[in-house]
Amino acid sequence: MIHLTINGLGVSVEEGATLLEAAQSVGFPIPTLCHMEGLSPYGACRLCVVEVGEGARARLVSSCTYPAQEELVVRTASARVLRARRMVIELHLASCPQSKTIQDLASALGVRQQRFRQEQESCILCGRCVRMCAEQMMAGAIGFRGRGQSRSVGTPFDQPSDACRLCGGCLYVCPACELRCTYTEPEKAVCGGCANLQPPCVENGRFDQMMCYMDPCVACEIAAQRR
Amino acid sequence: MDTMRGDTIGADAPDVAAIAAAHRGSRAALIAILREVQAARGYLPEDALRAVARHTGRSLVDVYAVASFYHSFSLKPRGRHTVCACLGTACHVRGGQQVVEALSRELGVRAGETTPDGEFTLETANCLGACALGPVVVVDGRYFAKVNPGKVRRILSQARSGVAAPEAADGERALVTEAVCPECGRPLLDAARPIDGYPSLQVSAQCNGWRGRARISCVDGVLDGAPENAAALERVRLFCPHCSAGLNDLLRCGECGVPTVSVLAGDGALVQMCGCGEQRVRRAEVEGAGARREIAQLS
Repeated sequence: MIHLTINGLGVSVEEGATLLEAAQSVGFPIPTLCHMEGLSPYGACRLCVVEVGEGARARLVSSCTYPAQEELVVRTASARVLRARRMVIELHLASCPQSKTIQDLASALGVRQQRFRQEQESCILCGRCVRMCAEQMMAGAIGFRGRGQSRSVGTPFDQPSDACRLCGGCLYVCPACELRCTYTEPEKAVCGGCANLQPPCVENGRFDQMMCYMDPCVACEIAAQRR
Repeated sequence: MDTMRGDTIGADAPDVAAIAAAHRGSRAALIAILREVQAARGYLPEDALRAVARHTGRSLVDVYAVASFYHSFSLKPRGRHTVCACLGTACHVRGGQQVVEALSRELGVRAGETTPDGEFTLETANCLGACALGPVVVVDGRYFAKVNPGKVRRILSQARSGVAAPEAADGERALVTEAVCPECGRPLLDAARPIDGYPSLQVSAQCNGWRGRARISCVDGVLDGAPENAAALERVRLFCPHCSAGLNDLLRCGECGVPTVSVLAGDGALVQMCGCGEQRVRRAEVEGAGARREIAQLS
């Protein structure tokens, strides 16, 4: 067991636990976007920043990737932390203003203005869908492409992937696009799954397990109508 | 699962298979494998990426992510000549952007693109490490110094006719036949005391408290005359015997990894010598004594 102090409260956690898990185990809320139980920690959204250390050596770290250490002093809601979090969520809001998740988080953190140039992205590059696809669906159909400003999530060469089983898991976990169905604009769909109005899951037995997240599923509804 | 990942591109890309086999299909060697595939094919075509994914046991999207992340990998065919203009801070303030625009106008393509005839690929770099020579343009490995938009056309015509190969061809060895100190310009070659029948370079050396004169073989770059433990150039500081300017170069030898010694050869080429006999030549255009002093700052 590791003993550390969170917001002045002594906490004991298993070895290997992250600060996020330690704080949540005693009920201190830490907002997150890219973190998801069952997926590996990624540390992309920076929303879960907490302050570790004391005095001049205190610094901000992402709690989802920082392992709990013996006698560590953590503050999850100091003025510095809240200031950093407000800035982070304001930047996310500037890139993805339509996301209900991000809007709610911004509102909860007290962001009342939008100082940055508004963009209309539909992705904050949190990597949830990429990890979902690789770690939970064992498919590895989508991933990050490019770097810097042109970094994006999608399939190799922008072609429908052979590895994609159209499960919809990527849409299900996305905090930015929120199950927004894009089947009328297939070229904008992440994997082109919705564009395929053939019911892939029932007709061809290419996959041992479908593990489907589509709800409602366009393909299944069409299949039901045909019956 | 593997059958459905399906490699619809039929041909098995035997060259890629051989490269992957040389790295034992290691997942960790992905970048090395991609570099070799690019060297063999000129760029990274889709079938090659699929083959790499298959041979390394990674998903295609992993390989694609790496290939699209690094600037040095190209997913599109590249031109016969690569023109790389530096846009680092030093080159930028001296008009690097205008040079890029001139190149772009002259070639009719934007940075990162290849001319339709497949002759030139125009690239920009964020720093080429030759700031004193800026704005720098590198064509097929040859450095052109202090480029301005007016010089662009001449550089391109030179590139079409083929810039002098900066390194010795197979079976040949770059031999320093004329060498001067990059700082003071005085000769370093001493014909009176040859090593292996060729004039040797005379230098001052300092190592572990020992100081004295030493000589470097022009043939293989081996140091002679210093104490035994100083035989490796790595631990020896070398100086010009005339002006005491340091001759050790920050660049390391690509073969043995030891820091090189740089001298200026007669035609303005900066020659980096090292103990393994692999002498690399970085060409810099020399125009008058001013440029010569700037080359010295490189080393």
